[in-house]
Amino acid sequence: MLRIDNLQAEVAGKPILKGLSLDVKPGEIHAIMGPNGAGKSTLGYTLGGRPGYEVTGGTVAFDGQDLLALEPHERASAGLFLGFQYPVEIPGVSFVQFLREALNAQRKQRGQDPLSGGEFLKLAREKAALLKLDMDMLKRPVNVGFSGGEKKRAEMVQMGILDPKLAVLDETDSGLDIDALRVVGEGINAIMRRPDKAVLLITHYQRLLDYVKPDFVHVLAAGRIVKSGGPELALELERVGYETVAA
Amino acid sequence: MTEALAIPTTRDEDWRYADADSLASADPAALSNWTEWQVAPGEIRREYRVFASSDDTAGLVERLRVRVGKGGRFELAIVNAAGHYARVEVEVTLEQGAHFEFGGVTIGGGEKVQEFVTRVIHAEPEATSQQVVRAVQWGRSTGNFLGRIEVVRDAQKTDAGQNFKAILLEKGASANTKPELEIFADDVKCAHGAAIGALDRQAGFYMASRGIPPELARKLLVRAFIADAFEGVSDETEQTRLLDAALDALNEAAL
Repeated sequence: MLRIDNLQAEVAGKPILKGLSLDVKPGEIHAIMGPNGAGKSTLGYTLGGRPGYEVTGGTVAFDGQDLLALEPHERASAGLFLGFQYPVEIPGVSFVQFLREALNAQRKQRGQDPLSGGEFLKLAREKAALLKLDMDMLKRPVNVGFSGGEKKRAEMVQMGILDPKLAVLDETDSGLDIDALRVVGEGINAIMRRPDKAVLLITHYQRLLDYVKPDFVHVLAAGRIVKSGGPELALELERVGYETVAA
Repeated sequence: MTEALAIPTTRDEDWRYADADSLASADPAALSNWTEWQVAPGEIRREYRVFASSDDTAGLVERLRVRVGKGGRFELAIVNAAGHYARVEVEVTLEQGAHFEFGGVTIGGGEKVQEFVTRVIHAEPEATSQQVVRAVQWGRSTGNFLGRIEVVRDAQKTDAGQNFKAILLEKGASANTKPELEIFADDVKCAHGAAIGALDRQAGFYMASRGIPPELARKLLVRAFIADAFEGVSDETEQTRLLDAALDALNEAAL
């Protein structure tokens, strides 16, 4: 589903990703762990196509397409969802409006008919209930006045509504208390653990992996994957730290 | 109408950001026309205007002078999308306890110069006024707001507010604002604020990451931005009509 080959990227002229390769197949959940500054967020933003993140080498194939040739909104329509570490506030635009525009823009790009207001609200209600987010919150402006935990729950509601093939979740666990962590973890499982979907979970800590069991764990250090393994690798990292494992 | 038929120049304080070429070729009679209205005591009057975008190179100068009687209320909302030079001047005198609510949007590109020039006179105590102006400019266009608030000596308990924000969608565009407060009473609240910036690029990428293409993202962000100006419009249908009229001008932009 996602094949990253020797990816190199820089931010403001500074090389961050230095030859990263990764192969994610349908039905798999991959965790990417690593110390601060390893390039974890850069990987997410580069896949999402954020301006300022310049690819200087390598290829990324997503479902057989050249992902890097697509505009950010086209990547979303192709089935990529990027979960943000710090979801952006958009005053004056309600979540309901934002998500309906987003979903219908994606459907249009894929040649599908738009959802009516009623159909969309039914879908939004269902996904909000799944993530235990009060539907009234979706009537408020996007992320404005939301706590850290509410923003992350709202990210997962968005993921549920947009129904991507691949979710790249950047530090989705940061800013979550224990209860919210469980809700978000269960949400990821409910939405994304399917034979035709895949997840790239970018995280600092083992704790989210207690709820979302990865099939593969990779250690990212200095812009490259330096070690890959099964779920036991995350536990080893937690025990002995990145320096020992990455050395 | 006994005003001198002289053409103002940009040396005149109230015309400092005006388009000099348009002024030089203007008809002096047109420049000294005032539409005059009275809002009777206790009456509510609502006026909504759209000066639509056109390729017209002619100037547009609209001047409105309104007196609002005791306890009366005057709501005015205007979309200024016209050009080449489009100036809307409003002078409002408030009697005791009267209220003036103003929402204005300038929106345009090319070489357009669009401006609101307001003068709100709090002539008696306890009157209130609220002015919100938003400018959205691209190309080499300019959006201006010159707002003067005068509070006379006896106009205690005046509460006057003025807020201007501009977003410039391209580098060559500009916006100017000049708040002027003349306060001769001592128990008065007068607030003003201004900010000029660009569209939030982070919000743009966030929207793109959800599948919203750049033109639609820009439209949603601009709509949210200018909506502030029409929050005081109590009729929702009118509110939508004004917003849509403003966004029509944006649709013409080749950005």
